[in-house]
Amino acid sequence: MTIQNSLRSQPDASGHFGSFGGRYVAETLMPLILDLEKVYREARQDLSFEAEFADLLKNYVGRPSPLYYAERLTEAVRAEAPQGKGAKIYLKREELNHTGAHKINNCIGQVLLANRMGKRRVIAETGAGQHGVATATVAARFGLQCTIFMGAKDVARQQPNVFRMKLLGAEVIPVTAGAQTLKDAMNEALRHWVANVHDTFYIIGTAAGPHPYPELVRDFQSIIGKETREQIMEAEGRLPDMLIAPVGGGSNAIGLFHPFLDDADVAMIGVEAAGEGLDGKHAASLNGGSSGILHGNRTYLLQDEDGQITEAHSISAGLDYPGIGPEHSWLHEIGRVQYMPVTDDEALAAFQRLSALEGIIPALESAHAIAAAEQVAPTLDADKLLVVNLSGRGDKDIFTVAQALGVEI
Amino acid sequence: MTADRMAARFAACKTQGRAALVTFITAGDPDVAAMPAILDALVAGGADVIELGMPFTDPMADGPAIELANLRSLGSGTKTKDIFAMATAFRGRHPDVPLVLMGYANPMLVRGPEWFAGECRAAGIDGVICVDVPPEEDAEIGPALRAAGVHLIRLATPTTDAKRLPAVLDGASGFLYYVSVAGVTGKQQAAQAAVEQAVSRIKAATDLPVSVGFGIRTPEQAAAIGRVADGVVVGSAIVDIIGSHGDAAAPFVQECVAALRGALNAQSREPAA
Repeated sequence: MTIQNSLRSQPDASGHFGSFGGRYVAETLMPLILDLEKVYREARQDLSFEAEFADLLKNYVGRPSPLYYAERLTEAVRAEAPQGKGAKIYLKREELNHTGAHKINNCIGQVLLANRMGKRRVIAETGAGQHGVATATVAARFGLQCTIFMGAKDVARQQPNVFRMKLLGAEVIPVTAGAQTLKDAMNEALRHWVANVHDTFYIIGTAAGPHPYPELVRDFQSIIGKETREQIMEAEGRLPDMLIAPVGGGSNAIGLFHPFLDDADVAMIGVEAAGEGLDGKHAASLNGGSSGILHGNRTYLLQDEDGQITEAHSISAGLDYPGIGPEHSWLHEIGRVQYMPVTDDEALAAFQRLSALEGIIPALESAHAIAAAEQVAPTLDADKLLVVNLSGRGDKDIFTVAQALGVEI
Repeated sequence: MTADRMAARFAACKTQGRAALVTFITAGDPDVAAMPAILDALVAGGADVIELGMPFTDPMADGPAIELANLRSLGSGTKTKDIFAMATAFRGRHPDVPLVLMGYANPMLVRGPEWFAGECRAAGIDGVICVDVPPEEDAEIGPALRAAGVHLIRLATPTTDAKRLPAVLDGASGFLYYVSVAGVTGKQQAAQAAVEQAVSRIKAATDLPVSVGFGIRTPEQAAAIGRVADGVVVGSAIVDIIGSHGDAAAPFVQECVAALRGALNAQSREPAA
């Protein structure tokens, strides 16, 4: 396959993935965004940057994360499947990373860029708190000041992570505007950034926002897919037949998918949070939204006919966002990746099943992908290989899950 | 032709030896019914140009005052069609006062740029400020507005350096809006010397009138900025009055605007450097 035909050469020079992406920010931020792009290009050419990134991923994050054959989950699926059906399910164990999710991969990369730009302060938005914890962690590691913006509703439902961030030395600012979730935290982080551009680096937590963020976050997260490629070759001697990953903003998913985009025989499913169902309150931007402009990029959004953004809902705070990374919008439109909705109830059931079957408590975000795998695997032949991105661990979610199950702890 | 209304107003102010008073309110704040009285109060108080903010659920370049105004407007049910209707009615009552629509890309572009530009033209809107479409993304909105004869008013900021300024000015028309602080709309105020330096730098690069906004609240501040700029933009201070008085805000708005205008009238302007 020639490079011109590659699906891996996006975005174009101006940051567009097809008609998505771009740089829709206030003029105050434009010079900084252009500067970031320049610094990023230079860093990618610099072997010492790559070496430092690789060293930190290995010795600080604990990579490579294992690719684990989920034998009992596979057996459970096969027991319910027609004869000869039930794909072999592997889990990419991103939840074993330092801080418990894939988020740290990106934070390591961005904090190295902040260092190169001489910025002594970092800020971030967070939903579930995983990105906030990861940002606070790298800020502590590099001795930088750190401020985290978090919706007040998320502060309430993710108390353990709030305390973690504070332990790590970060200031956590609860955002009371709007629905008090991830979208509002991002608005407030952008407001703060505009007023502090001279000394502040914004560590965006997902593969979204103005160019070059979707590209650089994807590149930092692509370690997930690169490792998976090597690991599945070692385990099975061939590429997987299908990849499944949860999608909020979509950084763990694009990190897994991107190294496989040109492998036409590898099918991919991104799992969107369908909340109460697509007819009710949900967070499925691709299945229930349309193209628009928010938070620096053109992408699929939940919006009304006047372009007002509508509130997202998911039991998973990390998926509770009315948009999605622009590369996913493009992959959806060209049909390379299928995007499948999974409801709160389905995710809750998968959360419990994986805990009981494999002794792995998944994050609610990742439980969406497990639920999708349980639906899809029985339709595939038993000799097919399926890799699910277990993007985070579920310790942070036990209070939410207990409440949903009516258990008091 | 709409282009003339804006140029004519800035020219008239220049003849009078003063800066133009540009006032901002959010359309539909507190509700659509209150709009004619509040818009008329701006004119009666002496506003030269009116910026009508298109409310958006996520006004990320705005501080608390205008953010709340956006939410009040949307909360009372303001729709895009209401905004064009109030603009059309305003144009009927005030044939000569330039009207600018200011807001964010998503509500403007959701039905496509041609639709938006056509509605602007039909409603007698003279210019558009789209906060989150920088020159790099001009194709989203610029060509459609130019084809419809509606000014695309660009923003320059303290971070817009000399190297970047030509890109901002390329395709800009109506006036150039200098955002005097790196930050959101609201209370922080820029140092006078920094504003003077920035305005003279911009004026050396363009023939467009330069209006300065962000953080200007009082007649004294307006007069000081008016000595160096072609236009002075006041937003949050007026929006706060509407926030306090709601449907009954019109007389208070008029009083505030009259005080601002009085300060500009009294201030003879130094020639720009």
